[in-house]
Amino acid sequence: MSSVLDSKIPSGSIENKWKDNKFKMKLVNPANKRKHSVIVVGTGLAGASAAASLGELGYKVKAFCIHESPRRAHSVAAQGGINAAKNYQNDGDSIYRLFYDTIKGGDFRAREANVYRLAEASVSIIDQAVAQGVPLAREYGGLLSNRSFGGAQVSRTFYARGQTGQQLLYGAYQAMMRQVDLGSVELNTRREMLDLVVVDGKARGIIVRNLLTGEIESHSADVVVLASGGYSNVFYLSTNAMACAVTAAWRAHKRGSYFANPCYTQIHPTCIPVHGENQSKLTLMSESLRNDGRVWASKIKGDMRKPHEIPDSERDYYLERIYPSFGNLAPRDVASRQAKFRVDEGYGAQGQEAVYLDFRDSINRLGEDKISERYGNLFQMYGKITGENPYKSPMRIFPAPHYTMGGLWVDYNLMSTIPGLFVAGEANFSDHGANRLGASALMQGLADGYFVLPYTVGDYIANTQLKPVKDTDDAFKAGQDSVKNEIQKMLNIKGSRSVESIHKELGRIMWQDCGMSRNKAGLTDAIGKIANLRKTFWNDVKIPGVANEVNTEVEKAGRVADYLELGELMCRDALSREESCGGHFRDEYQVDGEAKRDDDKFCHVAAWEWSGSADKAQTRHVEELKFENIKLATRSYK
Amino acid sequence: MSSDKNNINLKLKVWRQKNSQTEGAFETLDAKNVSPDASFLEMLDAVNEDLIKKDKEPIVFDHDCREGICGSCGFMINGEAHGPQKGTTVCQLHMRHFNDGEELVLEPWRATAFPVIKDLMCDRSALDRIIRAGGYISVNTGNAQDANNIPIPKPDADEAFMSATCIGCGACVASCKNASAALFTSAKITHLALLPQGRVEQDQRALDMVAQMDAEGFGACTTTGACSAACPKEISLINIAKMNREYLRASVLKKEELSGGGDG
Ligand SMILES: Cc1cc2nc3c(=O)[nH]c(=O)nc-3n(C[C@H](O)[C@H](O)[C@H](O)COP(=O)(O)OP(=O)(O)OC[C@H]3O[C@@H](n4cnc5c(N)ncnc54)[C@H](O)[C@@H]3O)c2cc1C
Ligand code: SF4
Ligand code: FES
Repeated sequence: MSSVLDSKIPSGSIENKWKDNKFKMKLVNPANKRKHSVIVVGTGLAGASAAASLGELGYKVKAFCIHESPRRAHSVAAQGGINAAKNYQNDGDSIYRLFYDTIKGGDFRAREANVYRLAEASVSIIDQAVAQGVPLAREYGGLLSNRSFGGAQVSRTFYARGQTGQQLLYGAYQAMMRQVDLGSVELNTRREMLDLVVVDGKARGIIVRNLLTGEIESHSADVVVLASGGYSNVFYLSTNAMACAVTAAWRAHKRGSYFANPCYTQIHPTCIPVHGENQSKLTLMSESLRNDGRVWASKIKGDMRKPHEIPDSERDYYLERIYPSFGNLAPRDVASRQAKFRVDEGYGAQGQEAVYLDFRDSINRLGEDKISERYGNLFQMYGKITGENPYKSPMRIFPAPHYTMGGLWVDYNLMSTIPGLFVAGEANFSDHGANRLGASALMQGLADGYFVLPYTVGDYIANTQLKPVKDTDDAFKAGQDSVKNEIQKMLNIKGSRSVESIHKELGRIMWQDCGMSRNKAGLTDAIGKIANLRKTFWNDVKIPGVANEVNTEVEKAGRVADYLELGELMCRDALSREESCGGHFRDEYQVDGEAKRDDDKFCHVAAWEWSGSADKAQTRHVEELKFENIKLATRSYK
Repeated sequence: MSSDKNNINLKLKVWRQKNSQTEGAFETLDAKNVSPDASFLEMLDAVNEDLIKKDKEPIVFDHDCREGICGSCGFMINGEAHGPQKGTTVCQLHMRHFNDGEELVLEPWRATAFPVIKDLMCDRSALDRIIRAGGYISVNTGNAQDANNIPIPKPDADEAFMSATCIGCGACVASCKNASAALFTSAKITHLALLPQGRVEQDQRALDMVAQMDAEGFGACTTTGACSAACPKEISLINIAKMNREYLRASVLKKEELSGGGDG
């Protein structure tokens, strides 16, 4: 274990760190900006906002995404809302309170300075979005409307029905398309980054596969920004879209970018339960539903009655019972764990792995119309998927993998351990500690892209000697060769197992042993199983077709190969973190079903350094966390 | 979870096309033992697993979120864009709506502006280029005033939101006999024209986006309404009427401007 990580947190009071730091940053003069190029990998909220803002500043931006169009990035699926400390409701909100809630929500495992800056930026995000024409929900007076999300006692969540991510993404996408039109952003769609090119210790380009032709291309730049999203699909079944992958981040990791806190994953409490073997993904029912929905399970073990046959006296509204001050709005990790406990104890809905989310009382109070106005599209989605009518009978819900707080380690400037490689959005580890509060991912992605990177990327460029690099240089040729070889190697195996079947098997191991609760025996066992599964993949995978055309199996295979390495690291990280915190729950470390932290030993970020081979253990580095503003305390929502 | 006895068997006639240069043809495939709780794409996943087992290439189709929001998925099922269920993308269409023994014909979107890439996948980047031509408000990052300084009447905000929910799937184009992209384009023009922030550029926007739509090779709109009927987000035809008005007004103003002469 070593401690070499310099977080570059500026000195000064928490309120002034970012302001002073911004002022001290070196500027690139406008004429020179045009001479500098920035690659942005990913055009979700984080990537599109970064590409648009850097393009506006005058940099030559090249943006890349796997998708056919930037509008399809997974950010589009975010439902519930985005937090901002506007205090429009006059209910006592402030930047400091959002900062406090986020640090506490993250179970004291995030960096104070980053989180404070995030809370500061939140306010400008809403202004920016509205100026772009993002149609956020409004009250009759014409002003913006708010709802509440978990882990907060104020109403600070802005939303656009159940389609907040879609609308914010379109805002950022349109801003980026404007720059495409103006010629400052070059957009490259259906391209998958498969390697990072490092020259003289600095990130100077990427190798991508053109998904339409199979061609392997090289692209060089002065700076590379990764905004490639999260890795929940390591669990196979998750609420993430099918193409969400760790690949971009993982390939950068293998080139020297440390991976921080991989075991911090968020299991979302309210998702539609698994229906069968062929299920390909899980669907979230937004946390915003807990504004008006009440969560319950039967008080009788093995109760097979239909929900409406169970009288109130026999229903256990367990979140309201256990957490009277937050009730149904307890944070996600807590709410998920309690749902799991109910099912493990035998109180699952009609014997299934599910509990109820019930709108009966709010429909009686507010009427069906009001509920439909607030959550119409979610109710519709639930109806389509389950064939049941949630206005008439309660939703059946169960926790599912949803978000990953871990990611590439970055310093205060969002720069990774490779100079010139910046990481934004869900792909970095920075702001959510061990548990993310609802409606805070959209906020973070946009804060990174609109308000942090435009400054810190400029500062890096102004302070760095960047020798000219061409995409025909040896480093790029070597990168291309290694990518081509790996693809050919996979195609040549011609074994018997489909990529999908191996991914499913990995998912089962991860969910079983590195999911909602973890323990030493299970994790140790999982590490062995994953290593074996990795061997199976490299000896027995079967990929039809060829490399030089559209081949969706080649795409999936590369992503699963990376998940097979990441999965093991997640287990090792979970094993070495001998405490429970936020979404990381070790059976061995608990008090009455609540997480038991060990601040003496684990008040730090764990960042892993690639060892050169998947079969050689990685090196664990630590960054100590200091709490100078908020006192380290046991987190309580009771 | 439904028991296997409710499972159904289907015959699929699927369009297979190697790439944009080669001609395609239908291939008949069996979908066996399909759970009614599975989605249409999960049914295809299972067919693909079978194909892979037999060393054949899987059917290629675009998809991602599988929640009806990203706009990636979409093909024709028995001549209907996204299949028979109203207001539903094909990824949200569930197999309980089909009967045992049914034969289903699956084809990609057919439109000159959407060339087929492979099997059921086609290239809809023309839609991005329409947005690029003016589907935005020109505001740089960091210039915004406080959000609540621009109150917007709730009915306008709600209507703008309804137009803004278009997911860019292209079903409107695929179901139009002229392959017109009027519904898609008008949804964005309307969304922005309903908001005070968007009004500043409304004329130029309408002119530029309509010009791009024409340049991409989309057909003319004859307001038959097939687009709106097939639209998974139920984008209303009123958007097209509004676009036509916007466009007309902008064209007239433009002419006046051009013929205005002025004093140099
Ligand atoms: C169902 C759901 C609902 C959610 N609801 C909310 C909510 O209400 N509020 C909230 O705050 N958060 C919510 N979240 C979380 C939030 O949506 C995400 O964390 C956030 O949108 C991630 O944004 P991003 O820009 O980091 O990544 P993404 O939006 O995932 O974008 C990733 C981009 O990277 C590209 N990419 C990936 N790999 C490569 C590669 N190798 N090469 C090239 N390009 C690549 C992709 O094409 C894409 O453009 C939700 C998440 C889910 C799953
Ligand atoms: S208008 Fe409807 S059918 Fe057309 S692209 Fe938008 S969502 Fe799809
Ligand atoms: S896959 Fe996203 S809309 Fe169907």
